[in-house]
Amino acid sequence: MSDNGKLTVPGAPTGHALRDAIAAKQRTAEEITRDALSAIERLEPQLRAYITMLPDRAIAKARDVDRRIARGEQVGSLAGIPTAVKDIFCVRDAVTTAGSKILERFVAPYSATVVEKLDAADAIIVGKTNMDEFAMGSSCENSAFFPTHNPWDTTRVPGGSSGGSASTVGSGAVALALGTDTGGSIREPASFCNIVGVKPTYGRVSRYGMIAFASSLDQAGPMTTDVRDAADLLEAIAGWDPMDSTSVDVPVPRYADALRTDLSSVRLGIVREFEESIAGDAAMAQLYKAAYADLAALGATFVDVSLPHAKYGLATYYLIAPAECSSNLARYDGVRYGLRKNGSGDVFSMFEQTRAAGFGPEVKRRIILGTYALCSGYYDAYYVRAQKVRTLMKQDFDAAFAACDAIACPAVSCPPFPLGAKSQDPVAMYLMDYFTIPMSLAGIPALSVPAGYVNDLPVGLQICAPIFEEARMLGIAHAYEQATQHARRRTPAAAATA
Amino acid sequence: MSTFESVIGLEVHVELSTRSKMFCGCRNQFGAEPNTHVCPVCLGMPGSLPVINRRAVEYLCKTGMALGCDVAPHSKFDRKNYFYPDMPKNYQISQYDMPLTSGGAVTLSSGKRVRLNRIHLEEDTGKNIHEGGRMTEAAATLVDFNRAGVPLMEIVSEPEIATPQEAEEYLGALKAVLSFIGVSDVKMHEGSLRCDANVSVRPVGASELGTKTEIKNMNSFKAVGAALASEIARQIALAQDGQRIVQETRGWDDARGTTYSMRSKEQAHDYRYFPDPDLVPLSLDAATLAAWKSELPELPAQRRERFVSQYGLPDYDAGVLTENRADADYFEAAASASGDPKRVSNWLMGDVRKALETHDLTLTTTKMRPEQLAALIRMVAAGEITGKSAKTVCDTMVAEGGDPQAIVAAQGLGQVSDASVIGGIVDRVLSANQDSVAAYRSGKSKALEFIVGQVMRESRGKANVDVVKALLKERLG
Repeated sequence: MSDNGKLTVPGAPTGHALRDAIAAKQRTAEEITRDALSAIERLEPQLRAYITMLPDRAIAKARDVDRRIARGEQVGSLAGIPTAVKDIFCVRDAVTTAGSKILERFVAPYSATVVEKLDAADAIIVGKTNMDEFAMGSSCENSAFFPTHNPWDTTRVPGGSSGGSASTVGSGAVALALGTDTGGSIREPASFCNIVGVKPTYGRVSRYGMIAFASSLDQAGPMTTDVRDAADLLEAIAGWDPMDSTSVDVPVPRYADALRTDLSSVRLGIVREFEESIAGDAAMAQLYKAAYADLAALGATFVDVSLPHAKYGLATYYLIAPAECSSNLARYDGVRYGLRKNGSGDVFSMFEQTRAAGFGPEVKRRIILGTYALCSGYYDAYYVRAQKVRTLMKQDFDAAFAACDAIACPAVSCPPFPLGAKSQDPVAMYLMDYFTIPMSLAGIPALSVPAGYVNDLPVGLQICAPIFEEARMLGIAHAYEQATQHARRRTPAAAATA
Repeated sequence: MSTFESVIGLEVHVELSTRSKMFCGCRNQFGAEPNTHVCPVCLGMPGSLPVINRRAVEYLCKTGMALGCDVAPHSKFDRKNYFYPDMPKNYQISQYDMPLTSGGAVTLSSGKRVRLNRIHLEEDTGKNIHEGGRMTEAAATLVDFNRAGVPLMEIVSEPEIATPQEAEEYLGALKAVLSFIGVSDVKMHEGSLRCDANVSVRPVGASELGTKTEIKNMNSFKAVGAALASEIARQIALAQDGQRIVQETRGWDDARGTTYSMRSKEQAHDYRYFPDPDLVPLSLDAATLAAWKSELPELPAQRRERFVSQYGLPDYDAGVLTENRADADYFEAAASASGDPKRVSNWLMGDVRKALETHDLTLTTTKMRPEQLAALIRMVAAGEITGKSAKTVCDTMVAEGGDPQAIVAAQGLGQVSDASVIGGIVDRVLSANQDSVAAYRSGKSKALEFIVGQVMRESRGKANVDVVKALLKERLG
């Protein structure tokens, strides 16, 4: 099982393979669920991917699915597939922490829309995964409880903020997971854990019941073993929600129908500024060159495109996201739910003590940054200006997509780094999102798909497309995945026990 | 020593009477058991999101149209950030720089137009219930979130109100309009209409505004008038004494009849307004706005004029009867049923009003239906009942409802016109009051009124007064 810190479940099947096996009555949902639960149990001491396990809920749901299959009833599109959910999504009657002490004992009174959609699709929710506190971080080390480890090397981080979801899917314990992406929180950990991670168009998936970090950027998305699973999971969770005014009423296509195996007549944009940036790291540059060559071999043609404002992405993001979070996180005050500290004094000192004890240092840093950026006198210079840059960034992408169908670019600037390597340097950590933030600011869909290895550590390729063109994006990723099979690589130990 | 004048601007918060709250599906209802109309959204639970109540937008726009405001086809909602335990999210969703309406005016009975600055839409807060003193000292504070998220519109006037009387009049006129278009209960004692006042003083004729104070905690129109009068007197005294007026928020202490300092400008919040990223900008198309405009009912000023011209009512009566829509509707229903609008108006202004006050009722809550009042008025006109008995019947009808004829029969209040019955009473009264008879005969005509009164008393008000007078004339020659 374990060799040089590499951890995977041997021959971990995909979600669609499990679903097919259940449909063919070769296996039951309960068997598959029990397998997943025991795999998680076995791996948890090293990975620590979960904050809360939901075995009773999972077994009950699996039995329900099996009962309905036995009766010949119709079951949902994800029937019987073990699925992990980032602990940022409210699950009714389950502890929902967002990785924070301030919500350590918070039991959600309702379920997020995406959780209801997973239930409706008959997915088996097995547990709630670890994350950077309130999704603020790129390594999962900002979890208030414990860090999660990378299944490819347990001395390394799984990425973040959706680190628990990435780690558990990367380990093969479950096929599907939900993550959220604000500036790269699905794509970076997907790249680090050698899985597929999709950040949909802003507004494609409901945010209702997903604990807010930065409302204008947050978006839920699939983290899966392969592109086919990502397509199925996205289809299950996407769509307009009357409970979320920012969700958009655009029909949800059958994404699986868009999965292709060649890229003839596909024009791919290569971003000049990103290539200049990655060129500084020979190994990374080499990996992406090879990826582009594989895409070309599938028939894609390349267009040189420019995102002149991408260099302002981090600065823009670190004004808008903290500004929104400073307001979004104001509700955690000890009055209605969650942690309350009121040793002495009046209600305002209760607010202060509760928040001082409940929030970790990174969350406090961003609340302070955002509060400052919104203060009268600074608002125009910071927040308003950042919003204008954001508009320019959208225009950059509009111009780029006038010349190409999709963009292929790096997802990350490096393979997964050791735990503790960047945790004392916030700016170094912020730079991890350099290649993912511009798409978040522009609201366009983007994904990371396994693209190979640097020093035996996984690295992802990012593909992004115009708004609501997830089908096109998934189609391209599928062709690449099928041709390259990077995710099929196993550690020697795993291969030996398979 | 120069004389001073006051300058007043009012901020009126009005809870809209929509079925559900501003951003969620919870019921918008006053007086329910605490925390029974709440959900993840209005409790500010993690992950919950607001959705705009279109009906609240409609109500606000109709108010704006009724007051001659410009309704903005494009507006947005902003977050007003501050910490307070009755505010579930620790920010209030409000409108900062793009309110739904701007301009417009409230017209006072003098014809003076007080211009409006804006009307915007926001959400109400919950209610703190302090156990043992004010919040900072209370042993415990309980919070009721039923009110949290109730749609609230803020109507902001320009500083064009000159006196406390004008302020009260402004509020009355505004309340009438809101009542007519049916967008709010406008009950100040239940908090569905709340008023803050900005007031300053300056030497008469000066063009610059003086330093203002903001007054809060006024629970009735009268309290607004009294608080303004008190605060204006305080400011003038300071100004005459050459002292500086401090810009601050002051509370009104109704019991003591004075304002007190709550917080100074230095303690004022920086609300850090920014557009709410959970809500998309609000756009209203021309067809929707036109449809809302066409649904506006006749407004109080128009109806008042019509009551004068159509029914010949005195302007004062027409004004009182159009203070709210229910009263005006009641009047018109009774007027049409009785065919005698003037008498109906007299009854509503007089005996009905008195009876309503006695029983703590209104024309909306009384069981007396307009056609029942009309029937009573017809009975008086037909001589079936004396005016005095009618007052008693009216009181019963207001309190309990019912058909006037049945009440007259049950209470034995029918008018007696039989000369032989009344003759007997007249004779008894005359023989018992020889002094008055002598006085009348010696030319003191007032003595006759006394004798008539005695006869009516003996008949317990049922005698037909015309028959009484005729018989007395006969007997006394």
